[in-house]
Amino acid sequence: MKFERYGIGIIKGLSVTIRHLLRHPTVVQYPEQRLNISRRTRGNELIWNQEKCTGCATCAKSCPLGAIEITTSTNPVENKYAVEKYQIDTGYCIQCGLCVEACPYAALYFSYNFECAKYRRWELVQDKEKMRETPERKVSGYFYPERATKLPRQTLLIERITEKD
Amino acid sequence: MALKTEPFVLNLGPVHPSTHGVFRMRATLDGEVVVDIEPIFGYLHRGVEKLAEQRTYTGIIPLTDRLDYISAMNNNFAYCLAVEKLAGIKVPERAEYIRVIMAELQRIAAFLIAVGAFLNDCGAYFTPFLYMFREREKIVDLFEMVSGQRLTYNYMRVGGVSQDLPEEFLPALRKFVDEMPRFIDEYDRLLMQNEILLARAKGVGILTKEQAINASASGPVLRASGVKWDIRKADPYSIYDRFEFDIPTGTVGDCYDRYRVRVEEMRQSLRIIKQAMAQIPSGPVRAEVPHLIRPPVGEAYARIESPKGELGFYLVSDNSIAPYRCHIRPPSLINLTALREMVRGWKVADLIIIFGSIDITVGEIDR
Repeated sequence: MKFERYGIGIIKGLSVTIRHLLRHPTVVQYPEQRLNISRRTRGNELIWNQEKCTGCATCAKSCPLGAIEITTSTNPVENKYAVEKYQIDTGYCIQCGLCVEACPYAALYFSYNFECAKYRRWELVQDKEKMRETPERKVSGYFYPERATKLPRQTLLIERITEKD
Repeated sequence: MALKTEPFVLNLGPVHPSTHGVFRMRATLDGEVVVDIEPIFGYLHRGVEKLAEQRTYTGIIPLTDRLDYISAMNNNFAYCLAVEKLAGIKVPERAEYIRVIMAELQRIAAFLIAVGAFLNDCGAYFTPFLYMFREREKIVDLFEMVSGQRLTYNYMRVGGVSQDLPEEFLPALRKFVDEMPRFIDEYDRLLMQNEILLARAKGVGILTKEQAINASASGPVLRASGVKWDIRKADPYSIYDRFEFDIPTGTVGDCYDRYRVRVEEMRQSLRIIKQAMAQIPSGPVRAEVPHLIRPPVGEAYARIESPKGELGFYLVSDNSIAPYRCHIRPPSLINLTALREMVRGWKVADLIIIFGSIDITVGEIDR
């Protein structure tokens, strides 16, 4: 290290930080400002369609953690399986999405919600009633591209910050 | 007249900001000089290899996300290659290109964290780290777009990838690739010639060529020592033989070289992404694979060049739905074995820098 160039590197570095002072902020103030999340978001809940489900339990078999519990009984009159119990312990769920991909009848979806914190452990268990699609429990477009197109476009940082310097 | 002193044992970690996770080093010091060091790990052991023996071949992919959690795509990639080799599955052309784009994006993201954390250890406290996190955020946005999550992507599947790219992905990626070189130049301006960094990192923690090869180090640690070894060139997997890129190497093998090699590799990764974007064909993204894969009896080892080095998966099949044995060769663990040779004779403050320059992820070491 030569003595005469002592400090030049530091001044160069400081010029970068000073230029950053004039840039747009990258962060958003989260609870007040919200960005659109991905259309394929794997939310904290699963949504289940009772009409489409045949009780084949492919989802339960494909779950790597065994978080899905399903009990079926035969219905000889209508010649089909009746789903008696269908529940997911979202406390165990790692949101890998293998159950949604495995479902052959398109009866299981991810929700678009991500703020699903609960006060009690047992509130995390989703039963049949808590898995219905409702206006506040929206369906995500994960693995269903036709549903994804209906969701708002994801905000990207690369498009949000347009700077020329 | 030398004063006779007793060696002092200092425990660094397991909860220490500069050990990058729950990792412990027992350093024996003579005054401030490191005499010996013993890495102690296992605080994050989850038994991934044993868990893998009870799961289906598809169900292991989420587990591999959690090995080296800052480069989850590469772990998926290596594991899927191993299963495809074992079961003889052909991957569609478009899926191969998507995989390469994802792996290279992930490499840039991982190097941004590695370089940022290294500069953090050097004392450039959080300013460069947060600049680099801004660029990583752009990559993570792209990953969120294709896979739906930001850290544990679980995107690649045996025989392809889980879903096709959304139509807004490629324009956003093009914009990122165009912008990114400017930011890498900015990192260069920020600290590459900084006198304090040069004084602290140049000539510190030298790992010679012979030592690096003897320790079977791989990745940037090996390349910084001057060995031109990259599995993407030496043993091309997937479609890496179609792309043109250089292997940046260091000369001395000190901390500064390791830092520079990582920055240079980001540029090379961008080159690969540019070529892949130009060549990407249309078509299916997933081969026809049965829901429960039962590979024939046998064994397979597949390795890739992950951001940390050579990541290998060794699978033994007994024709059931779960592997008989799954062994993981984590690059961080092997690179860590060279730490003792690097730090001997340096001071405690240098120990932190040398350790930071290896760039480990504890999730991968303990598995």
